[in-house]
Amino acid sequence: MSTYPALHDKLMTLSEAVSRFVGNGAQVALGGFTINRNPMALVYEIARQKKRDLHLVCHSNGQALDLLVGAGCVGRIEIAYGGNGRFAPTCVRFRKAVERGEVVVEDYSNYQMALRFLAGALSVPFVPTKSGLHTDLVRRSGFSEQYRAAHGLPPKKLAVIADPFDDGGDVVLLPALTPDVALMHAQYVGDDGTVRIKGLTFADLEQAKAAKAVVVTCEQIVPAAELRADADQNGLPPFFVDAVVPQKHGAHPTACRFFYDYDPQHLNEYKRVARDDQAYGGWLEQWVFGLGDHDEYLAKVGREQLARLAADPVRGYAVGLDRR
Amino acid sequence: MSDFTAREMMAIAAGRFISDGDILFAGTGVALLAAGCAKRIHAPGATVFFETGGIDPSLEEIPLAVADTRVMYGTCINAGIIEAFSYIASPRLHTIAFLGAAQIDKYGNLNSTCIGEYEHPTVRFSGSGGACDAASLASAYIVFMEHGRRKFVEKLDYVTSPGWLEGGDTRRRAGFARGGPLAVVTDLCVLKFHETTKEMYLAERYPGVSVEHIVANTGFALDVSRAVEAVPPSDEELRILREEVDPQRLILG
Repeated sequence: MSTYPALHDKLMTLSEAVSRFVGNGAQVALGGFTINRNPMALVYEIARQKKRDLHLVCHSNGQALDLLVGAGCVGRIEIAYGGNGRFAPTCVRFRKAVERGEVVVEDYSNYQMALRFLAGALSVPFVPTKSGLHTDLVRRSGFSEQYRAAHGLPPKKLAVIADPFDDGGDVVLLPALTPDVALMHAQYVGDDGTVRIKGLTFADLEQAKAAKAVVVTCEQIVPAAELRADADQNGLPPFFVDAVVPQKHGAHPTACRFFYDYDPQHLNEYKRVARDDQAYGGWLEQWVFGLGDHDEYLAKVGREQLARLAADPVRGYAVGLDRR
Repeated sequence: MSDFTAREMMAIAAGRFISDGDILFAGTGVALLAAGCAKRIHAPGATVFFETGGIDPSLEEIPLAVADTRVMYGTCINAGIIEAFSYIASPRLHTIAFLGAAQIDKYGNLNSTCIGEYEHPTVRFSGSGGACDAASLASAYIVFMEHGRRKFVEKLDYVTSPGWLEGGDTRRRAGFARGGPLAVVTDLCVLKFHETTKEMYLAERYPGVSVEHIVANTGFALDVSRAVEAVPPSDEELRILREEVDPQRLILG
């Protein structure tokens, strides 16, 4: 299918990318943050392929996290925050799954998780921080020692030591993360594999550089020369990218700056059905399992709704969008 | 004096803690209203920024999450998460964070993780997000709470974010260079912390709210000897809040 010679072994469909790079039990880092730039097309495909026992490593994840948990794909989560902002202060299926003991959770903070990805990206075993001293984030482990050993995790969550150089007091040492795969959605990928994210990158770039494999969906594939003409804007060089899937609206119902806003009606409806197990099962059937791919999903969202979400070219979001 | 809602009073009361030049870690919800009011009324040089990395956005429209694309427009820089927290911790800056929580204790420690046993919670919340980081690293933080006995508790079910820890100088001895809770702004009152013991006390009750009502809704003993009535929002403050800060009433409701 490739008309891009430099991408010949990287360009693939959603289905192929997920079957090649997301195995059962894999440790997965999701790009984006709450309701922005979640790799939703990949996440729906993971659900359709019925992947199981995934280990998610998250700072603040929202819709992608909740869909994977709700579809029964997740076994354990290291996480700072599971929420969708005003659209679900706590993600509903995440909340239910934790309360029912269907997933095992270990808590961190956003900075702690971002630093753990940075440590992975730097190829160092741990990273220090002052954040979290004397809190239960430091005192309490979500994973028991036996659970850690059984799942190939470091024997303890973290360590606290005194400043070894001066009298700077205690610091928390956090182990590095090196996920099996980082999934991300970008606005542009060059036809050489260069990745450009517009707007906030959150911890996507640290996650990608820490991971053993990187799968990128994108709104557009553009000539490399275009991205190289303003290389300051680029996020990742081609040699970190293992798979590229061109997928318009690949982050819907979350936002993608300069392309589309989040979909308030879809997110509100999702929250409503997520509260009821039976209604949610029906929703998954209708919106995920019963559809062949992301283009069928977008057809179901409808052209009119997608047009309402279209971003203003200057501001990057849909000005005056009905967000109630 | 006009009528006003508890949420409007909270936004104005919290905004009064902001000084010109402060760097504000805003979050969403009422915090954003407080920051918006302060900037337009008495602290035009304050800077609003988001943990996601959006620094000083124009905020023509209210963001509904800290990752909303609206925090990325008109900014001086779009940074990353790690950079945003490095700004919060910078000793060169006076940074104030606004935080919410499910539970708070008398030393301003916060729980936003769960109710019940951590391993088998009866209620699970979103988790720390950046709250623990901001509480650990910022120069000070202000808490927004709905007032109630199940929220103002003797002992937290889970300590997500560090306040004055066990009071006195325990925070400094734990290894934090600075910070700690400055005030708690609720739908009934404003609470502050004793200068040396660091115990919470009632500082201001809102017009029409009795001290007894506040005490009855607080799950630990509260010193009320210093309580005064809060200055109600002025007509001009309310006009700015309603017409300029949240004209769509996305947060005011």
